[in-house]
Amino acid sequence: METITSIKPLLAVLVSLLVTPMLLSSRNQNVREGWTFVAAAIKLAIVASMVPAVLHGTEIVYTVAEVFPGVAIKFKVDAFGMLFALVSSSLWIVTTIYSIGYMRGLKEHSQTRYFCFFALALSATVGVAFSANLFTLYLFYEMLSFATYPLVAHHQDREARRSGRKYLLYIVGTSIGLVLPAMLISYNLAGTLDFASQGFLAGTGSKTLIGILLFMFIFGFAKAGIMPFHSWLPAAMVAPTPVSALLHAVAVVKVGVFCVVRIITGVFGTDLLLSFHFGTPIIYIASFTILVGSFIALSQDNLKRLLAFSTIAQLSYIVLGVALLSPKGMTGGMLHIAMHAFGKITLFFCAGAIFVATGKKNISEMIGIGRRMPVTLTAFFIASLSIIGMPPCGGFLSKWYLVLGTLEADQMLILFVLLTSSLLNAAYFMPFVYKAFFCTPKEAMFENKVQEAPLCCVVPLVITAFISIIMLFYPQPFFGLASLMVKNITGL
Amino acid sequence: MSQQYPALLVIVPLLSAFAISIAGWMNKRLCFPIAVTALGVAAYSSIGLLFRVMDEGVIVYKLGGWAPPMGIAYYIDHLNAIVLVVVTIVAFLNVISAKKSIEQEFPEKAAPFYALYVLMVTGLLGIVVTGDAFNLYVLLEIAALTGYGLLAMGEERAPLSTLNYLYMGTIGACFYLLGVGYLYIVTGSLNMVDIARLLPPLYQSKAVLAAFIICMVGVWLKMAFFPLHAWLPNAYTHATSSASSLIAPLVTKVMVYVMIRLMLTIFTPEFVFATLALQNIVVWLAVIAIVMGAILALAERNLKKMLAFIIVAEVGYMVGGVWLGNRAGMTGAILHIVNDALMTLCVFLVVGNIVYKVKGYAFEDLQGLFRKMPFTMGAFVVGAMSIIGVPPTCGFFSKWYLILGGLQAGHYGFVAALIFSSLVSVVLFFRIFEICYYEPFSDHHGHDHPPQPMAEAPPLMVVPLLIVAVILILVGLYTGDIVNHIIKFAIPEGLV
Repeated sequence: METITSIKPLLAVLVSLLVTPMLLSSRNQNVREGWTFVAAAIKLAIVASMVPAVLHGTEIVYTVAEVFPGVAIKFKVDAFGMLFALVSSSLWIVTTIYSIGYMRGLKEHSQTRYFCFFALALSATVGVAFSANLFTLYLFYEMLSFATYPLVAHHQDREARRSGRKYLLYIVGTSIGLVLPAMLISYNLAGTLDFASQGFLAGTGSKTLIGILLFMFIFGFAKAGIMPFHSWLPAAMVAPTPVSALLHAVAVVKVGVFCVVRIITGVFGTDLLLSFHFGTPIIYIASFTILVGSFIALSQDNLKRLLAFSTIAQLSYIVLGVALLSPKGMTGGMLHIAMHAFGKITLFFCAGAIFVATGKKNISEMIGIGRRMPVTLTAFFIASLSIIGMPPCGGFLSKWYLVLGTLEADQMLILFVLLTSSLLNAAYFMPFVYKAFFCTPKEAMFENKVQEAPLCCVVPLVITAFISIIMLFYPQPFFGLASLMVKNITGL
Repeated sequence: MSQQYPALLVIVPLLSAFAISIAGWMNKRLCFPIAVTALGVAAYSSIGLLFRVMDEGVIVYKLGGWAPPMGIAYYIDHLNAIVLVVVTIVAFLNVISAKKSIEQEFPEKAAPFYALYVLMVTGLLGIVVTGDAFNLYVLLEIAALTGYGLLAMGEERAPLSTLNYLYMGTIGACFYLLGVGYLYIVTGSLNMVDIARLLPPLYQSKAVLAAFIICMVGVWLKMAFFPLHAWLPNAYTHATSSASSLIAPLVTKVMVYVMIRLMLTIFTPEFVFATLALQNIVVWLAVIAIVMGAILALAERNLKKMLAFIIVAEVGYMVGGVWLGNRAGMTGAILHIVNDALMTLCVFLVVGNIVYKVKGYAFEDLQGLFRKMPFTMGAFVVGAMSIIGVPPTCGFFSKWYLILGGLQAGHYGFVAALIFSSLVSVVLFFRIFEICYYEPFSDHHGHDHPPQPMAEAPPLMVVPLLIVAVILILVGLYTGDIVNHIIKFAIPEGLV
């Protein structure tokens, strides 16, 4: 494979880091948001400029400094990293527009702090996406954990403190307690931490040791929300909604899943896991998370908590897809990162828009809201179709590949898990959407007058809902990137 | 000029200590510039020396031209060159920051403070630079006595806790002296290189064994290695901020250096690790030190004392790393001398700034500090991340080597203790961040916090602190170079 050295990946990471002094020093909030847009646009431009080369099969590498023998702070842009970076940096722009509407609409305090840590979190996210080795990945993973803490705890009240504690306990506790020792043991075994297309641990340890390491990694990256390390995510919903939207539907949780996928493909390698039959236990853990997460979502009344549990379930789709270790399953899993991101961010945007416009958080208080906020609720409907996995939305495509993957891997039971999950998704989204539009005048809780959230809130959710549909028909470049990555891994 | 760096390093601060005392009678305002200049020269020479050692290898400097073993010789190799740089840089940055807090706390005692301060740094530098075992004892006492003076200039309870330290410290120094006495009896020499040459045939002797163990116990007492730590927390807590931010980063670390020097230069790794069956016991003691340090820190409701207990745990890191008896562990321990000195300086400077503005360091005094002192707290976050061990701050990298050493030695208790202590550090520091960030609570869902005006410490205190915070990250990023160009050569090749 061709590799070229370029500073672009480092720049893509640094852009949002370097903009924080500008954000801190701007005295006027319009100037501040202007800087955020500039940084977001530059970031997207840098990331996008690397897409053609990556699609050509070129890898872009850049080494910052060697810190241990054989381990450097090093970036490598491959197809999978590009897919994730593209999703997160494009959604940053949309979320920034939304943040302006939301934060100003609610007159939130400490907006400068909010935008600064948001920018930091994005730096870390792209850093994770472009990491060339486990050490760099860990560095940015931890940076993201700490950068999101002030965002989760934004309200600075007792509830925020409680949730912040839970967030740290799960996220930092697992990364220091499980990932760090596992990483050191791997380094001690292999003498390197560089991701390889068939894993760098292949042929180094006994089956027992490899198994222990695998589960230390999989549970250690608790941002992936695999049960039993999932309950930080519903707790983190105390954050302002744009944070939940971008970080807890896209960046943070997807970083977790991204890390798990990297572990499976880059650290252990599909051949090693196939030969030890370690794919199956991961599949069952993921299936358990999918079903239990969906069942819990059914019982939620708070809309954001419902979305949180839905996210937990959907994240395990990705883990499941990759753990199938079959080409189609992996394609579906990776593709689901993009599809779910656009769908779920729309849903969060809608929840936030409803909160800004009406102050309501609970589903039981939203009967008839479709008449008051038709655009928002239509977008909600479209996005929920995408999550369920129905055409005409992008979610259908990834779910289709996941289903094909289960057939390819000969896991019929898992096929039923996926189908049951779709039914459950429909069961928790559709009644809400139905009641929002179709209710008797007596039941309706809102006046029959159209009154949407501020324009800055509505436009982003329309854009993302629209993209959710488009992605079924034009799944490029995401589909191309996912299949290229799978081709590199499996050689097929 | 550059030939005289080893002498300049010690002589300049020594003479300036007298100059400061004299200036104190004439014009008090002169004391501070003299101290800064002297420590600046020392810092400059130590950096120059480090580069010379990296180019030329070991430098032998005969004081006054007298040849060893009769005369005193300074040996500067990679190991003490880097420790010298750390000592001088910490002392230099801290003295700048000390000015304001001295003016606030006891302006009338400024002259004795600076004189003792510079004299103490002289003592520490002497300990590090000397190649003579008895000379080391003398300098140890210089550093200790001036240290008692500095620490006693504090709160009401400072004299009492310092007295406690004085007893323990004196016992420790006596132990060391006794051990050196034994060595002198069997070898007839006090020069370290000379002793090392004469010792190997005598390794079966009980006297040599006794000398080694007695020296070790003395040094452990001085570095507050659990359970010999009892003097440290109170002595450091009750002292005035600028004294504790000099002594806390340096004294324990210099004593770890002395321990390494004893084990690697005076004795040989073969003797220490192969002949003596102590290795496993000491590492387990280190494990207990780490765990107990962390737990005792957790029990504190007082920032400064909590940090003091963290030092106890960190001493366990270094002792354990050294006694693992492999290259990775030793690398980690030496790297941690550098890193821990810097990060301890960082957090103690933060305490200094807080005390300067808030007049307290109990947890209740810390409410709303993120808003009031954003720069100080920013540096505090970096220091805390380093103590927790989050990359790219330097604390992560030494912890990496220490854990790797534990894995390679098969000592999983030590590995578990390090992970445990990292997790406890997360709790320790985020507990403080929570107080600084959330409290005082406003009941209104956080929407209308009363706007608190910024009340940051003066620039003379904030700037050195920020420099330290940046150094923490830079040292982290340059770990590869530090290890490959300096620490690698500080460890004998026999140690794998």
